[in-house]
Amino acid sequence: MRTQLFTSMLALAVAVAPGYAQTANAKAPAKAATGAFKAPRTPDGVPDLQGVYSNSSAVPLERPANLGAKEFYTDAEMKANADAAAARAAAAPAFPQANVVGTVADIHYDTSQFGLTRYITDAMVNKRTSIVVGETGKVPTMIPEATKRQADARALVAGHQFDGPENRGIAERCIYWGNEGPPMLPVGYNATLQIVQGPGYVGIVQEMIHDTRIIPTDGRPHASGNIRQFFGESVGHWEGDTLVVDTTNFNDQPAVGRGASRNLHVVERFTRSGPETVLYQFTVSDPSTWEKSWSGEYPIGKIDGAVYEYACQEANYGMANILSGARADEKKAAAAK
Amino acid sequence: MRNWFTGSVVVASAMAALLAAVFMPTETQAQQTKAPAFKAPRTKDGKPNFNGLWMSNGLPNWDLEPHGPGPSVDPKLGSIYAVPPSVGFVVGGTIPYKPAALEQKKKNFAARAKEDPEAKCYMGGIPRANYMPYPFQIIQGAKDIMISYEYAGAVRILNTGTPLKAPADSWMGTSNAHWEGETLVVDVTALGDQSWLDRSGNHHSDQLHVVERWTMRSPDVLMYEARIEDPETYTQPWTIRVPLYRQAEENARLLEFKCVVFAEELLYGHLRKPAGAPAVVAAPPANNGKQGKGKGKQ
Repeated sequence: MRTQLFTSMLALAVAVAPGYAQTANAKAPAKAATGAFKAPRTPDGVPDLQGVYSNSSAVPLERPANLGAKEFYTDAEMKANADAAAARAAAAPAFPQANVVGTVADIHYDTSQFGLTRYITDAMVNKRTSIVVGETGKVPTMIPEATKRQADARALVAGHQFDGPENRGIAERCIYWGNEGPPMLPVGYNATLQIVQGPGYVGIVQEMIHDTRIIPTDGRPHASGNIRQFFGESVGHWEGDTLVVDTTNFNDQPAVGRGASRNLHVVERFTRSGPETVLYQFTVSDPSTWEKSWSGEYPIGKIDGAVYEYACQEANYGMANILSGARADEKKAAAAK
Repeated sequence: MRNWFTGSVVVASAMAALLAAVFMPTETQAQQTKAPAFKAPRTKDGKPNFNGLWMSNGLPNWDLEPHGPGPSVDPKLGSIYAVPPSVGFVVGGTIPYKPAALEQKKKNFAARAKEDPEAKCYMGGIPRANYMPYPFQIIQGAKDIMISYEYAGAVRILNTGTPLKAPADSWMGTSNAHWEGETLVVDVTALGDQSWLDRSGNHHSDQLHVVERWTMRSPDVLMYEARIEDPETYTQPWTIRVPLYRQAEENARLLEFKCVVFAEELLYGHLRKPAGAPAVVAAPPANNGKQGKGKGKQ
C-alpha cells in the first residue's frame, strides 16, 4: 500500500537536532527490494519506469556530523525518531508565525490559508542517515583550484549583488533550480517528476522548473563538445532491469552546483524496486572540483496526481521587485547624504 | 435585339454545365477520388507512430495570416529578422476577429518588440508552441504522450486515459487525447489569456479552447490542425493547418534553449544600477564550447 511507503514531511519544519530528520506518521518502512522485483515491460520490451513520482525526502544529502560513520538507522531508532518528531509537531503549531504581520511566514508560503499543511508532499520512508553513501556520508572537500574558483566568483559580485539580474541567484532568475541536477535531488516543494517512455527514449519532466530531460537509449555517442548545457547532455542504456544514464557536456554553471565545473560527469541508475517505487542512484565526478567521485541514492515513489506547471519566468515579479527595491534604497541613501 | 446571342449564351452555359458535370469533379467526387490517407507506421502497441523530432518551417510563427514581407522591428538589424512572406495557415484566409479584438491585435502588433511573450522567453502556449522555429520531440508512451519543446523548455503531457479536469489555467493547457484512426485528437482547455498566437500580435482570451488533430501525411510530414474557439475574441471558431517536418540532420536531438539569459536585458534593463555607478555583471555561462570559460567585468 502506498501509505506504508510514505511519511509526512511535517517534522522537517520543527526538527532541531541533526540526526532526527525522521518524520511523524511513519508506517512500517518499505522493504528494500533492489534487484528482487521484476519490472513489467513497456510495449517495446524494456523495463517500465513510467509514472508520476515524488522525490521528496526527509533524509538530508549529507550525514549530520554527530552520526559519524553510521549509515543506517535501526528500526528502533526510526520509531524513536518518528515519535520524537510527532511530539514536536504536536507541541508546535504547523506554521508558527503565520499571523504575525511582516514575517516570512506571513508574507510567503502561508499555506494554511488554502487549507493545506506546511508540507504537502510526502517522502518515502528511508532508513539512511544521508543520501550520500559511504563512510563519511559527505560530499568530498573541493580541491584548492575549485575553492579559489568559487571564491573568485563570489568576490566578483561582492557588494554588487543587486546591480543587475545576472548577479542574482540562478533560481531567482528562473533559469533552473539546483535540485534538478543531474543528479536529481530532493527539494522542499514541487518535488514531483514524471517519466514517460517511447521507443528508444526515456523522458523525465521535473516540475520545478518544467524541465524535461530526454535520454536516448539507442547507443549514440555524446554530442559535440561545442554543445554545453546547464543540464548537460544525457545518453542512456539498459543493464538488465536498470536504466543507466551518462551525462556530460555541462556548461560552467551546472545545476548540482557545489563548485562543479564544465568537466562534471554524472552517472545515474534507475531501477524499479517495487510496484510503486524506483531506486535512484548516482555517482558524481569532476576532477576540476573534487579529488574523488561521490555517490548517493534514495527511493522515489509513485503518487496520485500530475505534474503541475511551474511557470517561473512567466510570473517572475520577484526579480523586477528586487531590482527596483535596490534602486529605491540607493536613491534613499543618496538623498539622505 | 436578336435572340441568337442570348440563345448562344444559354446554349454555351448549358454546354458548360454538361461538360462540368461529366468532366470536372464536384467536391464530393474530389474527396472520393483523393488518394487514401497515409497509413502511418505503428508503435508496438498498435498506434500511429508520431515519435521523433518535428518542426514547422517557422513561417506561422511570424504571422498566421497571409502576408507579404515586412521590416524587422529594429532597422539597425538590416534584413536579418525582416519578416518573410507567407501564403498563411488560416483555413479561409484571415482570423475572424470581433471589432474590439481586432483593435487589440493592432495595438499588440505596434508594441510587439516589447510585448511579444516570445521576446520575454515565455512559453509559447497552445497552439503556438507547435509551430515556433525550434524543434520539439514527441515521446509516445502507451498511455501518456510527452511533447517536449526546445523553446524555453516547455512541455506538455497528453493524457490518453480517462479525461482529466484541469486543476488551473496554465500556459501549456490541459490536454486530453484520443485516437480516431490515423488521427490523434487532442482537446486543450484551461489555457489562460497571456500567450500570443504569433509574432504579429494575434491573441486570445481565457475562453480559448483548442482542438488539435495530428495526422501523418507521409513518413516525414506530420500535419497539425487546430480548431480555435474563443467566443470573446472571434466571431466564430476558425482552423489552422500547419505542416510539421521530421528533423533529419545527422545527430538530430532536442537541445537546451534556456532563453532567460537572452531576455533579461529586455525585461530588467531599465532596473539596472544606473550608468556612472560602478557596476559589475557576472558573465553568462559559455554554452558554446568554442567560447572557453566565462569571466567578466563590465
